[in-house]
Amino acid sequence: MDIVQSSKKNPGEMRTKGNRLKSFFDSPVSLNLMYIPALLLFAVFIYYPIAQGIKISFTNWNGYSAHYSFVGLEKYRYMFTDMRTYKVIINTLIYGLGSTLLQNILGLAYAVLLNAKLKGRGIVRTIVYFPVIVAPIIMGYVWYFIFQYDGGALNDIMLAFGKEPVDWLGNGPRAVWLITLVNTFQYMGVAMVVYLAGLQAIPKEYLEAAEVDGASGFYKFIHITLPLLMPAITVSIVLNIIEGLKLFDVIVSMTNGGPGYASHSLSTMMSDLFFAGQDAGFAAALGNLMFVLISLFGISSLKFLRGKEVDL
Amino acid sequence: MIKIINMLKKLMRYLTALFIFIVHLIPFYILINIAFKTRQDTSSRWTPPNALYLKNFSDVWTQSHLGSALLNDLIITVCTVALVVFVGVLAAYPLARYPTRWNNAIYTLSISTLIVPALTVLVPLYKLVVDIHGISTYWAMVLVLTTFCLPTVIFLYTGFIRTIPRELDEAALIDGCNRYEIFFRIIFPLLKPVTASVIIIIMLGVWNDYRFSLFLLQKRSVQTVPLVLSQFFSQFQNNLPLAAAGSLLSMIPMALIYLFLQKYFVSGLAEGAVKG
Repeated sequence: MDIVQSSKKNPGEMRTKGNRLKSFFDSPVSLNLMYIPALLLFAVFIYYPIAQGIKISFTNWNGYSAHYSFVGLEKYRYMFTDMRTYKVIINTLIYGLGSTLLQNILGLAYAVLLNAKLKGRGIVRTIVYFPVIVAPIIMGYVWYFIFQYDGGALNDIMLAFGKEPVDWLGNGPRAVWLITLVNTFQYMGVAMVVYLAGLQAIPKEYLEAAEVDGASGFYKFIHITLPLLMPAITVSIVLNIIEGLKLFDVIVSMTNGGPGYASHSLSTMMSDLFFAGQDAGFAAALGNLMFVLISLFGISSLKFLRGKEVDL
Repeated sequence: MIKIINMLKKLMRYLTALFIFIVHLIPFYILINIAFKTRQDTSSRWTPPNALYLKNFSDVWTQSHLGSALLNDLIITVCTVALVVFVGVLAAYPLARYPTRWNNAIYTLSISTLIVPALTVLVPLYKLVVDIHGISTYWAMVLVLTTFCLPTVIFLYTGFIRTIPRELDEAALIDGCNRYEIFFRIIFPLLKPVTASVIIIIMLGVWNDYRFSLFLLQKRSVQTVPLVLSQFFSQFQNNLPLAAAGSLLSMIPMALIYLFLQKYFVSGLAEGAVKG
């Protein structure tokens, strides 16, 4: 508290201009100048575009011409009557919530297994985590080599078992789940690492005390490990939801939204509408919808999970 | 009896770990097999190549100008990481040290931008960058990436600075340091561990970025590796060995950094997540 008040000691000295400047820089308030660059960047590249995005969604702008007119809620009306919108919202939710669920369940299971004393667990952790450092667009192409119809690695297995080859990515709903799996494969290493750190932070005495009382391994996991992992679980799940609902790169490289519109997410659909469809108004309206959706899921999952955390 | 059960349990664990290891290796195994085979080789992707065919690598290197793409990636990544660390740490210090009502509001405002997905503002952001003549320039790309990385960086630094005892600041103030000297000479040197995490998290995101590059880097001469390779894939659908070789090459820089600095990758991400 000393720091905050030290500048107010000699009000009499503040009369001359130089002194006033000096006392400003002596006060902690002047330190607030240090966040001005960050605020400027936010204002220019995030807040201004958000405001502009709302404006554009009320126009029929095509994305490049100088002329456009305001059409009111027309684009929103169009968005909510277009069946593609609902398809794409459902896909986005599968991408976001599906990969969040898979990444965290598998990540936690891997963490529990690889936290035990095993020879070579370091190597297994390394290979599970490795895809995190690969560009997601490239990761999608790598899996394309496996799911490809002609000569794909998976169809080689089908043939070896005397089955017909399958066009894995040619079926919309299946493509959506395969993309979800690929996204899970790529980022479950992050969840694993977060849970490993969480597991290592649990005081050994708790588990030992439970053991003395005769608790089973499963009981210990449900009643001690899991509650103490809650903070790590919260962070992991909330970040996964936000990231998953934004999914873009992997979709582009695996199906590019196809077949038809069947595997588009809100992100890929928006970029498609803007660049190929030349409908900036619709794209901006979709962008605003996505913003609302992500805020809704991000904030409510954070609120829900924070409520479940326990204090030590 | 108990001994046998324990042995079986242990065996199960090893088998599961081995299974996980193999499953996660498969995509890379397939990729390597394709990259080292000739285009005419129609053998299964599961079988390793008879001989290592290296021409794919030299071909993709020259045909897709991977060298210049790597350089572009390097320039953009280094500039963004430097700028975001500087701007982020400056912003985090007052927000962490003087949590007045006003500063707390600013902190919340900054962190909530974490939720704004880059693509929801795609249309207006693209228009803005066109208007300021920033399309296909390094500086616009660096500024946009910096802005969208800033919330994470501010979040990590603020969390860390809050754990540094205030007594340190007070002692320095009594010793005659002014507030800026305290920051630059006392606090900043203490931030090394969190800075390592920040650098790694941001470096990964920026180096592998595709969504911003796709819209903001339209001239061939400024394009980065993910962008160049994705175009290569769509152009050479019939020459997948070349594309596979390119993909493999593109992983090398980050893979090397990962192998040497593995400790920091893992601890950085975990700390970032757990400290929240």
